[in-house]
Amino acid sequence: MTQLAKKRPEFRNINALTDLPSYRLPAAGIVSILHRISGLIMFLLLPLIVWMFDTSVSSEISFAKFSAAFNVGLGFLPAVLVKVVVLGLIWAYLHHLIAGVRHVYMDVCHAVTKEFGKSSAIVTLVLSLGLTAGLGAKLFGLY
Amino acid sequence: MSVNYGSKRVVVGAHYGLRDWLAQRVTGVLMVLFTLAVLGQVLLTSGDISYDKWAGIFSTQFMKALTFSVFIALAIHVWVGVRDIWMDYVKVVGLRLVLQVFTLVWLVSCLGWAIQVLWRL
Repeated sequence: MTQLAKKRPEFRNINALTDLPSYRLPAAGIVSILHRISGLIMFLLLPLIVWMFDTSVSSEISFAKFSAAFNVGLGFLPAVLVKVVVLGLIWAYLHHLIAGVRHVYMDVCHAVTKEFGKSSAIVTLVLSLGLTAGLGAKLFGLY
Repeated sequence: MSVNYGSKRVVVGAHYGLRDWLAQRVTGVLMVLFTLAVLGQVLLTSGDISYDKWAGIFSTQFMKALTFSVFIALAIHVWVGVRDIWMDYVKVVGLRLVLQVFTLVWLVSCLGWAIQVLWRL
């Protein structure tokens, strides 16, 4: 006979305003919550991503429209805002990909020590932010 | 430790999430490989990326088939991930159902659009 799941303990004494700011989240925790946030951002901006795919590959004319979004803006949105949103997408993609590879590596190699969790989390943050800065500089025409 | 498998297993779900857990990883790896395939072709392109060169990357039959698979993989991956978020943070069953239906409609709509763009290339 199967048994019903035991009731799990619930902790409701955490106040979002008074406790969360003083709670120190370890690097692995930061990577974890950013993994969720970056995934949700890309999910919500999926129509923009498909629009960029559509306009960039469909025809020469649509390709010009795609380029114009970054040079003169898109509808009432100024070009700089388009670039900021796309930079956000670039960060979300890089973070999600690197954090995802970290996950799969941990699963495949059984790399689940506390030390590896911390060091790989720091590597994830440094790599994703570094690459975002590099690509962002390119996006905004700094080189 | 008491026995918690077989007929004595503790019931927490229909299939313990193994299928979704595995699908999440397999689809993720597929998307990483796709990223490398596109990135490699972009980096091997000499000079500026013109329309012809960019569209050319996706117009070969191999890349079309791969891109199509990746679109499907992406939809599965996002469904598992976003549903996890709703299940963790939204406790009101009615609202959770609405959000899950919204997620599916959002995903299927984007998927249809992306496939349409791909197949008319």
